[in-house]
Amino acid sequence: MLRKATDSIMEKVVFICGVMTIVFVVLIFGFLFKEGFSFFKDYGVFSFLTGKLWYPTSNPAMYGVFSLIIGSLLVTLGAIVIAVPLGIMAALYIAEIAPAWIRDVLKSGVELMAAIPSVVIGFVGMVTLVPMVRTVFDIPTGLTAFSGSIMLAFMAMPTIVSISEDAIRSVPWSYKEGAYALGATKWQTIRRIVLKNAMPGIIAAVMLGIGRVIGETMAVMMITGNAAHIPSSIFEPVRTLTATIAAEMGETVKGGLHYRALFAIGLVLFAITFIINFIADLFLNKNRK
Amino acid sequence: MNFKLNPKLSQKIAFSLLLMATIFVIIPVLIIIFNIIKNGYSAISWEFLFSMPKDGMRAGGIFPAIIGTLSIVLCAICITLPIGVLAAIYLNEYAKDNLLTRIIKLAIVNLAGVPSVVYGLFGLGIFVMLLNCGVSILAGALTLSIMELPVIITTSRAALNSVPYPFREASWSLGVSRWQTIRYVVLPNALPGIMTGAILSIARISGETAPILFTAAAFYVPHLPKSMFDQVMALPYHLYIISTQIPNMPKNIIFGTALVLLMLVLSMSLVAIVARIYFRKTRKW
Repeated sequence: MLRKATDSIMEKVVFICGVMTIVFVVLIFGFLFKEGFSFFKDYGVFSFLTGKLWYPTSNPAMYGVFSLIIGSLLVTLGAIVIAVPLGIMAALYIAEIAPAWIRDVLKSGVELMAAIPSVVIGFVGMVTLVPMVRTVFDIPTGLTAFSGSIMLAFMAMPTIVSISEDAIRSVPWSYKEGAYALGATKWQTIRRIVLKNAMPGIIAAVMLGIGRVIGETMAVMMITGNAAHIPSSIFEPVRTLTATIAAEMGETVKGGLHYRALFAIGLVLFAITFIINFIADLFLNKNRK
Repeated sequence: MNFKLNPKLSQKIAFSLLLMATIFVIIPVLIIIFNIIKNGYSAISWEFLFSMPKDGMRAGGIFPAIIGTLSIVLCAICITLPIGVLAAIYLNEYAKDNLLTRIIKLAIVNLAGVPSVVYGLFGLGIFVMLLNCGVSILAGALTLSIMELPVIITTSRAALNSVPYPFREASWSLGVSRWQTIRYVVLPNALPGIMTGAILSIARISGETAPILFTAAAFYVPHLPKSMFDQVMALPYHLYIISTQIPNMPKNIIFGTALVLLMLVLSMSLVAIVARIYFRKTRKW
Protein backbone atom coordinates (compact mmCIF):
# COMPACT_ATOMS: atom_id res chain seq x y z
CA MET A 1 0.00 0.00 0.00
CA LEU A 2 2.55 2.51 1.22
CA ARG A 3 4.84 1.61 -1.64
CA LYS A 4 2.13 2.33 -4.17
CA ALA A 5 1.35 5.64 -2.50
CA THR A 6 5.01 6.70 -2.51
CA ASP A 7 5.23 5.70 -6.13
CA SER A 8 2.32 7.81 -7.23
CA ILE A 9 3.33 10.76 -5.05
CA MET A 10 6.89 10.73 -6.39
CA GLU A 11 5.61 10.49 -9.94
CA LYS A 12 3.69 13.70 -9.35
CA VAL A 13 6.60 15.41 -7.60
CA VAL A 14 9.04 14.77 -10.44
CA PHE A 15 6.38 15.82 -12.93
CA ILE A 16 5.92 19.13 -11.12
CA CYS A 17 9.69 19.72 -11.08
CA GLY A 18 9.81 19.05 -14.81
CA VAL A 19 6.99 21.45 -15.55
CA MET A 20 8.60 24.07 -13.32
CA THR A 21 11.11 24.82 -16.11
CA ILE A 22 8.23 25.98 -18.32
CA VAL A 23 6.82 28.03 -15.44
CA PHE A 24 10.15 29.81 -15.00
CA VAL A 25 10.48 30.71 -18.67
CA VAL A 26 6.92 32.03 -18.69
CA LEU A 27 7.54 33.96 -15.45
CA ILE A 28 10.71 35.56 -16.80
CA PHE A 29 9.00 36.56 -20.00
CA GLY A 30 5.92 37.72 -18.10
CA PHE A 31 7.91 39.97 -15.80
CA LEU A 32 9.95 41.55 -18.56
CA PHE A 33 6.81 41.96 -20.64
CA LYS A 34 4.78 43.53 -17.83
CA GLU A 35 7.34 46.25 -17.08
CA GLY A 36 8.43 46.61 -20.70
CA PHE A 37 4.88 46.91 -21.98
CA SER A 38 4.00 49.63 -19.51
CA PHE A 39 7.13 51.48 -20.66
CA PHE A 40 6.09 51.10 -24.31
CA LYS A 41 2.68 52.57 -23.46
CA ASP A 42 4.30 55.67 -21.98
CA TYR A 43 7.16 56.11 -24.43
CA GLY A 44 6.19 54.30 -27.63
CA VAL A 45 7.76 51.15 -29.12
CA PHE A 46 8.79 52.93 -32.27
CA SER A 47 10.66 55.80 -30.63
CA PHE A 48 12.28 53.24 -28.28
CA LEU A 49 13.57 50.96 -31.03
CA THR A 50 14.57 53.59 -33.59
CA GLY A 51 15.62 56.47 -31.34
CA LYS A 52 19.34 57.11 -31.57
CA LEU A 53 19.71 58.99 -28.28
CA TRP A 54 19.92 57.32 -24.90
CA TYR A 55 19.88 60.14 -22.31
CA PRO A 56 17.91 58.77 -19.38
CA THR A 57 18.83 61.64 -17.07
CA SER A 58 18.28 64.63 -19.38
CA ASN A 59 15.02 66.56 -19.43
CA PRO A 60 13.01 65.31 -21.22
CA ALA A 61 14.64 61.87 -20.89
CA MET A 62 15.48 60.09 -24.14
CA TYR A 63 15.27 56.30 -24.32
CA GLY A 64 16.37 55.52 -27.87
CA VAL A 65 17.89 52.06 -27.88
CA PHE A 66 19.13 51.97 -31.47
CA SER A 67 22.73 52.95 -30.72
CA LEU A 68 22.86 50.32 -27.96
CA ILE A 69 21.65 47.64 -30.37
CA ILE A 70 24.33 48.73 -32.86
CA GLY A 71 26.89 48.59 -30.03
CA SER A 72 25.89 45.04 -29.10
CA LEU A 73 25.85 43.90 -32.72
CA LEU A 74 29.22 45.46 -33.52
CA VAL A 75 30.97 43.87 -30.54
CA THR A 76 29.29 40.53 -31.24
CA LEU A 77 30.17 40.59 -34.93
CA GLY A 78 33.81 41.31 -34.13
CA ALA A 79 33.93 38.53 -31.57
CA ILE A 80 32.36 36.01 -33.93
CA VAL A 81 34.70 36.87 -36.81
CA ILE A 82 37.63 36.06 -34.51
CA ALA A 83 36.17 33.13 -32.59
CA VAL A 84 34.44 31.08 -35.28
CA PRO A 85 37.38 30.18 -37.54
CA LEU A 86 39.75 29.62 -34.61
CA GLY A 87 37.12 27.68 -32.66
CA ILE A 88 36.22 25.34 -35.51
CA MET A 89 39.87 24.71 -36.35
CA ALA A 90 40.64 23.91 -32.73
CA ALA A 91 37.59 21.61 -32.56
CA LEU A 92 38.82 19.77 -35.68
CA TYR A 93 42.26 19.37 -34.16
CA ILE A 94 40.91 18.10 -30.84
CA ALA A 95 38.38 15.73 -32.40
CA GLU A 96 40.30 14.33 -35.36
CA ILE A 97 44.03 14.80 -35.01
CA ALA A 98 45.12 15.02 -31.37
CA PRO A 99 46.20 11.76 -29.68
CA ALA A 100 43.81 10.57 -26.94
CA TRP A 101 45.67 11.97 -23.93
CA ILE A 102 46.23 15.36 -25.53
CA ARG A 103 42.56 15.42 -26.37
CA ASP A 104 41.65 14.85 -22.70
CA VAL A 105 44.00 17.62 -21.61
CA LEU A 106 42.72 20.06 -24.24
CA LYS A 107 39.08 19.31 -23.48
CA SER A 108 39.66 19.89 -19.77
CA GLY A 109 41.50 23.10 -20.65
CA VAL A 110 38.54 24.32 -22.68
CA GLU A 111 36.21 23.50 -19.82
CA LEU A 112 38.39 25.40 -17.34
CA MET A 113 38.39 28.30 -19.75
CA ALA A 114 34.59 28.34 -19.61
CA ALA A 115 34.76 28.54 -15.82
CA ILE A 116 36.84 31.73 -15.62
CA PRO A 117 34.45 34.39 -14.27
CA SER A 118 33.64 37.23 -16.64
CA VAL A 119 34.73 39.92 -14.14
CA VAL A 120 38.15 38.31 -14.01
CA ILE A 121 38.35 38.33 -17.80
CA GLY A 122 37.15 41.92 -17.81
CA PHE A 123 39.75 42.92 -15.26
CA VAL A 124 42.63 41.23 -17.07
CA GLY A 125 41.44 42.83 -20.30
CA MET A 126 41.42 46.21 -18.60
CA VAL A 127 44.98 46.00 -17.36
CA THR A 128 46.61 44.22 -20.30
CA LEU A 129 44.63 44.44 -23.54
CA VAL A 130 43.19 47.95 -23.22
CA PRO A 131 46.52 49.79 -22.84
CA MET A 132 47.99 47.63 -25.59
CA VAL A 133 45.19 48.49 -28.02
CA ARG A 134 45.64 52.16 -27.18
CA THR A 135 49.35 52.25 -27.99
CA VAL A 136 49.34 49.85 -30.94
CA PHE A 137 46.58 51.68 -32.82
CA ASP A 138 47.52 55.09 -31.41
CA ILE A 139 43.99 56.07 -30.39
CA PRO A 140 42.82 58.26 -27.46
CA THR A 141 41.41 55.35 -25.47
CA GLY A 142 41.80 51.58 -25.55
CA LEU A 143 38.27 51.09 -24.24
CA THR A 144 36.82 50.24 -27.65
CA ALA A 145 34.48 47.85 -29.40
CA PHE A 146 37.60 46.15 -30.76
CA SER A 147 38.99 45.35 -27.31
CA GLY A 148 35.56 44.09 -26.29
CA SER A 149 35.39 41.85 -29.35
CA ILE A 150 38.74 40.23 -28.56
CA MET A 151 37.78 39.45 -24.96
CA LEU A 152 34.35 38.21 -26.01
CA ALA A 153 35.84 36.02 -28.73
CA PHE A 154 37.80 34.38 -25.96
CA MET A 155 34.64 33.90 -23.92
CA ALA A 156 32.68 32.42 -26.82
CA MET A 157 35.49 29.97 -27.57
CA PRO A 158 34.60 27.22 -25.06
CA THR A 159 31.02 27.06 -26.33
CA ILE A 160 32.05 26.97 -29.97
CA VAL A 161 34.89 24.48 -29.48
CA SER A 162 33.09 21.98 -27.26
CA ILE A 163 29.82 21.85 -29.22
CA SER A 164 31.58 21.70 -32.61
CA GLU A 165 33.83 18.99 -31.27
CA ASP A 166 30.81 16.93 -30.22
CA ALA A 167 29.30 17.38 -33.67
CA ILE A 168 32.55 16.39 -35.41
CA ARG A 169 32.97 13.29 -33.28
CA SER A 170 29.40 12.19 -33.88
CA VAL A 171 30.06 11.76 -37.62
CA PRO A 172 29.79 7.98 -38.14
CA TRP A 173 33.09 6.14 -38.50
CA SER A 174 31.80 4.29 -41.57
CA TYR A 175 31.62 7.55 -43.55
CA LYS A 176 35.30 8.08 -42.97
CA GLU A 177 36.14 4.48 -43.77
CA GLY A 178 34.35 4.91 -47.07
CA ALA A 179 36.49 7.92 -47.92
CA TYR A 180 39.73 6.21 -46.88
CA ALA A 181 38.82 3.18 -48.99
CA LEU A 182 38.61 5.46 -52.02
CA GLY A 183 42.18 6.59 -51.32
CA ALA A 184 41.41 9.95 -49.75
CA THR A 185 43.96 11.34 -47.32
CA LYS A 186 42.95 12.10 -43.77
CA TRP A 187 42.73 15.83 -44.51
CA GLN A 188 40.64 15.31 -47.64
CA THR A 189 38.28 13.16 -45.59
CA ILE A 190 38.02 15.78 -42.87
CA ARG A 191 37.44 18.59 -45.33
CA ARG A 192 34.97 16.90 -47.65
CA ILE A 193 33.20 14.31 -45.47
CA VAL A 194 33.54 15.12 -41.78
CA LEU A 195 33.02 18.89 -41.99
CA LYS A 196 30.05 18.52 -44.29
CA ASN A 197 28.28 16.04 -42.05
CA ALA A 198 29.06 17.92 -38.86
CA MET A 199 27.86 21.22 -40.34
CA PRO A 200 24.43 21.40 -38.60
CA GLY A 201 26.12 20.88 -35.23
CA ILE A 202 28.81 23.43 -36.04
CA ILE A 203 26.17 25.98 -37.04
CA ALA A 204 24.41 25.31 -33.73
CA ALA A 205 27.72 25.85 -31.93
CA VAL A 206 28.17 29.20 -33.67
CA MET A 207 24.61 30.26 -32.80
CA LEU A 208 25.09 29.35 -29.14
CA GLY A 209 28.40 31.24 -29.19
CA ILE A 210 26.59 34.31 -30.53
CA GLY A 211 23.97 33.95 -27.81
CA ARG A 212 26.69 33.80 -25.17
CA VAL A 213 28.42 36.90 -26.53
CA ILE A 214 25.28 39.04 -26.86
CA GLY A 215 24.30 38.23 -23.28
CA GLU A 216 27.72 38.80 -21.76
CA THR A 217 27.68 41.71 -19.35
CA MET A 218 30.53 42.33 -16.93
CA ALA A 219 33.55 42.01 -19.22
CA VAL A 220 31.84 44.13 -21.85
CA MET A 221 30.96 46.83 -19.35
CA MET A 222 34.56 46.99 -18.15
CA ILE A 223 36.21 47.07 -21.57
CA THR A 224 34.07 48.75 -24.24
CA GLY A 225 34.02 52.26 -22.78
CA ASN A 226 30.22 52.59 -22.45
CA ALA A 227 29.65 55.56 -24.73
CA ALA A 228 26.06 55.50 -26.00
CA HIS A 229 26.52 56.70 -29.55
CA ILE A 230 26.66 55.13 -32.99
CA PRO A 231 30.35 54.41 -33.61
CA SER A 232 31.94 55.20 -36.95
CA SER A 233 34.58 52.50 -36.56
CA ILE A 234 35.38 49.49 -34.43
CA PHE A 235 38.10 51.53 -32.68
CA GLU A 236 35.61 53.70 -30.83
CA PRO A 237 33.94 53.15 -27.48
CA VAL A 238 30.47 51.63 -27.67
CA ARG A 239 27.80 50.70 -25.20
CA THR A 240 25.90 47.43 -25.30
CA LEU A 241 22.38 46.51 -24.22
CA THR A 242 23.59 44.36 -21.33
CA ALA A 243 26.05 46.94 -20.00
CA THR A 244 23.34 49.60 -20.00
CA ILE A 245 21.11 47.49 -17.73
CA ALA A 246 23.94 46.58 -15.38
CA ALA A 247 25.35 50.10 -15.15
CA GLU A 248 22.12 52.03 -14.71
CA MET A 249 19.75 49.83 -12.73
CA GLY A 250 21.27 50.85 -9.42
CA GLU A 251 20.46 54.52 -9.97
CA THR A 252 16.84 54.20 -11.05
CA VAL A 253 13.70 54.88 -9.05
CA LYS A 254 11.91 51.54 -8.69
CA GLY A 255 8.86 51.55 -10.94
CA GLY A 256 9.87 54.79 -12.68
CA LEU A 257 10.17 55.27 -16.44
CA HIS A 258 13.93 54.65 -16.47
CA TYR A 259 13.50 51.45 -14.43
CA ARG A 260 10.88 50.17 -16.85
CA ALA A 261 13.00 51.23 -19.83
CA LEU A 262 15.75 48.90 -18.59
CA PHE A 263 13.20 46.07 -18.38
CA ALA A 264 12.25 46.88 -21.96
CA ILE A 265 15.91 46.41 -22.91
CA GLY A 266 15.79 43.11 -21.04
CA LEU A 267 12.80 42.15 -23.14
CA VAL A 268 14.74 42.93 -26.33
CA LEU A 269 17.65 40.78 -25.08
CA PHE A 270 15.31 37.96 -24.11
CA ALA A 271 13.71 38.02 -27.56
CA ILE A 272 17.10 37.99 -29.33
CA THR A 273 18.49 35.10 -27.29
CA PHE A 274 15.20 33.17 -27.52
CA ILE A 275 15.36 33.25 -31.32
CA ILE A 276 19.07 32.38 -31.40
CA ASN A 277 18.64 29.42 -29.05
CA PHE A 278 15.58 28.19 -30.87
CA ILE A 279 17.48 28.10 -34.17
CA ALA A 280 20.50 26.48 -32.52
CA ASP A 281 18.24 23.79 -31.05
CA LEU A 282 16.75 23.05 -34.47
CA PHE A 283 20.24 22.52 -35.89
CA LEU A 284 21.31 20.38 -32.93
CA ASN A 285 18.31 18.10 -33.37
CA LYS A 286 19.04 17.85 -37.07
CA ASN A 287 22.57 16.82 -36.21
CA ARG A 288 21.35 14.08 -33.86
CA LYS A 289 19.28 12.51 -36.63
CA MET B 1 48.54 27.01 -65.37
CA ASN B 2 46.80 24.48 -63.28
CA PHE B 3 48.74 24.36 -60.05
CA LYS B 4 47.66 21.71 -57.60
CA LEU B 5 49.18 20.86 -54.25
CA ASN B 6 50.20 17.34 -53.56
CA PRO B 7 47.56 15.92 -51.15
CA LYS B 8 50.21 14.77 -48.65
CA LEU B 9 51.73 18.24 -48.52
CA SER B 10 48.40 20.01 -48.24
CA GLN B 11 47.50 17.67 -45.36
CA LYS B 12 50.70 18.63 -43.60
CA ILE B 13 50.00 22.33 -44.04
CA ALA B 14 46.38 21.97 -42.94
CA PHE B 15 47.25 19.99 -39.82
CA SER B 16 49.87 22.47 -38.73
CA LEU B 17 47.37 25.29 -39.21
CA LEU B 18 44.85 23.45 -37.05
CA LEU B 19 47.48 22.88 -34.38
CA MET B 20 48.39 26.56 -34.46
CA ALA B 21 44.74 27.55 -34.07
CA THR B 22 44.42 25.27 -31.05
CA ILE B 23 47.50 26.76 -29.44
CA PHE B 24 46.10 30.21 -30.16
CA VAL B 25 42.89 29.24 -28.35
CA ILE B 26 44.64 27.81 -25.30
CA ILE B 27 47.43 30.41 -24.86
CA PRO B 28 45.19 33.26 -23.60
CA VAL B 29 43.92 31.04 -20.75
CA LEU B 30 47.46 30.46 -19.61
CA ILE B 31 48.30 34.16 -19.96
CA ILE B 32 45.29 35.18 -17.87
CA ILE B 33 45.98 32.65 -15.13
CA PHE B 34 49.71 33.37 -15.09
CA ASN B 35 49.21 37.13 -15.06
CA ILE B 36 46.87 36.97 -12.08
CA ILE B 37 49.04 34.56 -10.09
CA LYS B 38 52.20 36.60 -10.76
CA ASN B 39 50.68 39.92 -9.70
CA GLY B 40 48.34 38.66 -7.02
CA TYR B 41 50.18 36.16 -4.89
CA SER B 42 52.09 38.82 -2.94
CA ALA B 43 48.77 40.13 -1.58
CA ILE B 44 47.65 36.77 -0.20
CA SER B 45 48.04 36.42 3.56
CA TRP B 46 45.97 35.27 6.55
CA GLU B 47 45.11 38.87 7.18
CA PHE B 48 43.97 39.38 3.58
CA LEU B 49 41.75 36.31 3.62
CA PHE B 50 40.30 36.62 7.11
CA SER B 51 39.89 40.28 7.96
CA MET B 52 37.54 43.12 7.12
CA PRO B 53 38.41 45.75 4.50
CA LYS B 54 39.89 49.01 5.80
CA ASP B 55 40.45 52.56 4.48
CA GLY B 56 37.63 52.45 1.93
CA MET B 57 38.77 48.93 0.86
CA ARG B 58 42.27 50.16 0.00
CA ALA B 59 43.70 48.01 2.80
CA GLY B 60 42.72 45.11 5.01
CA GLY B 61 41.11 41.90 3.78
CA ILE B 62 38.24 40.47 1.80
CA PHE B 63 36.75 38.15 4.41
CA PRO B 64 33.15 39.46 4.18
CA ALA B 65 33.19 39.07 0.40
CA ILE B 66 34.36 35.45 0.68
CA ILE B 67 31.68 34.66 3.29
CA GLY B 68 29.06 36.48 1.21
CA THR B 69 29.84 34.52 -1.93
CA LEU B 70 29.93 31.21 -0.07
CA SER B 71 26.56 31.83 1.59
CA ILE B 72 24.83 32.88 -1.63
CA VAL B 73 26.27 29.96 -3.56
CA LEU B 74 25.53 27.28 -0.93
CA CYS B 75 22.01 28.58 -0.55
CA ALA B 76 21.51 28.56 -4.32
CA ILE B 77 22.78 25.02 -4.82
CA CYS B 78 20.53 23.73 -1.98
CA ILE B 79 17.54 25.11 -3.87
CA THR B 80 18.49 24.17 -7.40
CA LEU B 81 19.98 20.71 -6.90
CA PRO B 82 16.84 18.86 -5.66
CA ILE B 83 14.56 20.55 -8.21
CA GLY B 84 17.03 19.97 -11.02
CA VAL B 85 17.65 16.32 -10.20
CA LEU B 86 13.93 15.57 -9.84
CA ALA B 87 13.22 17.33 -13.14
CA ALA B 88 15.98 15.27 -14.75
CA ILE B 89 14.42 12.11 -13.30
CA TYR B 90 11.09 13.11 -14.81
CA LEU B 91 12.63 13.71 -18.23
CA ASN B 92 14.77 10.59 -18.27
CA GLU B 93 12.59 8.05 -16.45
CA TYR B 94 8.95 9.10 -16.81
CA ALA B 95 8.40 11.50 -19.69
CA LYS B 96 6.91 10.17 -22.88
CA ASP B 97 7.88 11.64 -26.22
CA ASN B 98 4.97 14.06 -26.49
CA LEU B 99 4.34 17.75 -26.97
CA LEU B 100 4.73 18.58 -23.26
CA THR B 101 8.15 16.93 -23.11
CA ARG B 102 9.23 18.83 -26.18
CA ILE B 103 8.09 22.10 -24.63
CA ILE B 104 9.97 21.29 -21.40
CA LYS B 105 13.12 20.63 -23.41
CA LEU B 106 12.70 23.88 -25.30
CA ALA B 107 12.16 25.68 -21.98
CA ILE B 108 15.43 24.24 -20.65
CA VAL B 109 17.31 25.32 -23.77
CA ASN B 110 15.92 28.81 -23.38
CA LEU B 111 16.60 29.08 -19.67
CA ALA B 112 20.19 28.19 -20.51
CA GLY B 113 20.32 30.96 -23.09
CA VAL B 114 18.82 33.84 -21.12
CA PRO B 115 21.59 36.41 -20.48
CA SER B 116 22.76 36.58 -16.87
CA VAL B 117 21.87 40.26 -16.54
CA VAL B 118 18.30 39.45 -17.56
CA TYR B 119 18.17 36.95 -14.68
CA GLY B 120 19.27 39.87 -12.53
CA LEU B 121 16.31 41.94 -13.77
CA PHE B 122 13.95 39.05 -13.18
CA GLY B 123 15.28 38.45 -9.67
CA LEU B 124 14.91 42.14 -8.90
CA GLY B 125 11.34 42.18 -10.15
CA ILE B 126 10.07 39.01 -8.52
CA PHE B 127 12.19 38.23 -5.45
CA VAL B 128 13.38 41.65 -4.34
CA MET B 129 10.26 43.66 -5.16
CA LEU B 130 7.21 41.40 -5.50
CA LEU B 131 8.02 38.80 -2.84
CA ASN B 132 9.62 41.44 -0.67
CA CYS B 133 12.86 39.58 0.11
CA GLY B 134 14.74 42.85 -0.33
CA VAL B 135 18.29 42.90 -1.63
CA SER B 136 19.44 39.83 0.28
CA ILE B 137 21.27 36.50 0.26
CA LEU B 138 17.92 34.79 -0.30
CA ALA B 139 16.95 36.89 -3.32
CA GLY B 140 20.38 36.41 -4.89
CA ALA B 141 20.36 32.67 -4.21
CA LEU B 142 16.88 32.22 -5.70
CA THR B 143 17.95 34.15 -8.81
CA LEU B 144 21.11 32.10 -9.23
CA SER B 145 19.25 28.84 -8.58
CA ILE B 146 16.89 29.44 -11.50
CA MET B 147 19.81 30.42 -13.68
CA GLU B 148 21.68 27.23 -12.83
CA LEU B 149 18.66 24.94 -13.16
CA PRO B 150 19.16 24.09 -16.86
CA VAL B 151 22.79 23.12 -16.25
CA ILE B 152 21.89 20.86 -13.33
CA ILE B 153 19.07 19.25 -15.31
CA THR B 154 21.25 18.63 -18.36
CA THR B 155 24.20 17.12 -16.46
CA SER B 156 21.95 15.04 -14.17
CA ARG B 157 20.01 13.77 -17.14
CA ALA B 158 23.19 12.68 -18.88
CA ALA B 159 24.22 10.87 -15.67
CA LEU B 160 20.86 9.08 -15.36
CA ASN B 161 20.93 8.21 -19.03
CA SER B 162 24.32 6.55 -18.70
CA VAL B 163 22.90 3.96 -16.28
CA PRO B 164 22.20 0.94 -18.53
CA TYR B 165 18.56 0.14 -19.14
CA PRO B 166 18.88 -3.56 -18.09
CA PHE B 167 19.63 -2.37 -14.52
CA ARG B 168 16.06 -1.07 -14.38
CA GLU B 169 14.58 -4.15 -16.03
CA ALA B 170 16.35 -6.44 -13.58
CA SER B 171 14.96 -4.45 -10.69
CA TRP B 172 11.40 -4.36 -12.08
CA SER B 173 11.42 -8.08 -12.73
CA LEU B 174 12.10 -8.62 -9.01
CA GLY B 175 8.85 -6.81 -8.30
CA VAL B 176 10.50 -3.57 -7.23
CA SER B 177 8.34 -0.55 -7.90
CA ARG B 178 9.21 2.17 -10.33
CA TRP B 179 10.21 4.84 -7.77
CA GLN B 180 12.11 2.32 -5.63
CA THR B 181 14.05 1.27 -8.69
CA ILE B 182 14.98 4.86 -9.34
CA ARG B 183 15.79 5.47 -5.68
CA TYR B 184 17.86 2.34 -5.00
CA VAL B 185 19.23 1.34 -8.41
CA VAL B 186 19.35 4.25 -10.84
CA LEU B 187 20.22 7.16 -8.55
CA PRO B 188 23.17 5.53 -6.74
CA ASN B 189 24.73 4.64 -10.08
CA ALA B 190 24.15 8.10 -11.46
CA LEU B 191 25.37 9.87 -8.32
CA PRO B 192 28.99 10.51 -9.39
CA GLY B 193 27.80 12.18 -12.59
CA ILE B 194 25.23 14.26 -10.75
CA MET B 195 27.77 15.38 -8.15
CA THR B 196 30.39 16.44 -10.71
CA GLY B 197 27.68 18.45 -12.47
CA ALA B 198 26.77 20.07 -9.16
CA ILE B 199 30.36 21.00 -8.38
CA LEU B 200 30.81 22.54 -11.83
CA SER B 201 27.64 24.53 -11.23
CA ILE B 202 28.88 25.77 -7.86
CA ALA B 203 32.10 26.88 -9.51
CA ARG B 204 30.22 28.69 -12.23
CA ILE B 205 27.80 30.57 -10.01
CA SER B 206 30.58 31.59 -7.61
CA GLY B 207 31.95 33.78 -10.37
CA GLU B 208 28.66 35.26 -11.57
CA THR B 209 28.25 38.98 -11.04
CA ALA B 210 25.39 40.26 -13.17
CA PRO B 211 22.58 38.21 -11.52
CA ILE B 212 23.50 39.35 -7.99
CA LEU B 213 24.19 42.94 -8.99
CA PHE B 214 20.68 44.12 -8.05
CA THR B 215 19.54 41.16 -5.95
CA ALA B 216 22.17 40.45 -3.28
CA ALA B 217 25.42 42.32 -3.58
CA ALA B 218 26.34 45.39 -1.57
CA PHE B 219 29.17 47.85 -2.13
CA TYR B 220 30.36 47.59 1.46
CA VAL B 221 28.90 45.96 4.57
CA PRO B 222 30.86 46.50 7.78
CA HIS B 223 29.73 43.23 9.41
CA LEU B 224 29.18 39.61 8.45
CA PRO B 225 25.68 38.51 7.37
CA LYS B 226 23.43 37.44 10.26
CA SER B 227 20.46 36.06 8.32
CA MET B 228 19.22 35.17 4.86
CA PHE B 229 17.68 38.60 4.54
CA ASP B 230 20.96 40.53 4.83
CA GLN B 231 22.76 42.21 1.96
CA VAL B 232 26.26 40.86 1.52
CA MET B 233 29.50 41.67 -0.19
CA ALA B 234 30.40 39.13 -2.87
CA LEU B 235 33.80 38.32 -4.37
CA PRO B 236 33.03 38.91 -8.06
CA TYR B 237 31.12 42.13 -7.33
CA HIS B 238 33.88 43.26 -5.00
CA LEU B 239 36.42 42.70 -7.77
CA TYR B 240 34.30 44.75 -10.14
CA ILE B 241 33.97 47.58 -7.61
CA ILE B 242 37.63 47.81 -6.65
CA SER B 243 38.86 47.56 -10.23
CA THR B 244 36.54 50.18 -11.71
CA GLN B 245 34.92 52.38 -9.08
CA ILE B 246 37.57 53.18 -6.50
CA PRO B 247 40.37 55.57 -7.47
CA ASN B 248 43.96 54.92 -6.32
CA MET B 249 43.24 51.32 -5.47
CA PRO B 250 46.50 49.45 -4.76
CA LYS B 251 47.05 47.08 -7.71
CA ASN B 252 48.13 44.13 -5.62
CA ILE B 253 44.86 44.07 -3.67
CA ILE B 254 42.86 43.97 -6.91
CA PHE B 255 45.05 41.19 -8.27
CA GLY B 256 44.88 39.39 -4.93
CA THR B 257 41.07 39.48 -4.99
CA ALA B 258 41.05 38.26 -8.59
CA LEU B 259 43.43 35.46 -7.60
CA VAL B 260 41.22 34.29 -4.72
CA LEU B 261 38.15 34.29 -6.97
CA LEU B 262 39.96 32.55 -9.80
CA MET B 263 41.42 29.86 -7.51
CA LEU B 264 38.05 29.23 -5.88
CA VAL B 265 36.41 28.71 -9.26
CA LEU B 266 39.21 26.83 -10.99
CA SER B 267 39.97 24.48 -8.11
CA MET B 268 36.33 23.39 -7.89
CA SER B 269 36.12 22.94 -11.65
CA LEU B 270 39.33 20.97 -11.68
CA VAL B 271 38.08 18.67 -8.90
CA ALA B 272 34.89 18.04 -10.88
CA ILE B 273 36.75 17.39 -14.14
CA VAL B 274 39.27 15.00 -12.56
CA ALA B 275 36.49 13.20 -10.67
CA ARG B 276 34.56 12.74 -13.88
CA ILE B 277 37.53 11.28 -15.73
CA TYR B 278 38.19 8.99 -12.74
CA PHE B 279 34.61 7.73 -12.54
CA ARG B 280 34.46 7.18 -16.28
CA LYS B 281 37.58 5.01 -16.12
CA THR B 282 36.49 2.97 -13.09
CA ARG B 283 32.92 2.37 -14.23
CA LYS B 284 32.22 -1.33 -14.41
CA TRP B 285 29.84 -1.37 -17.36
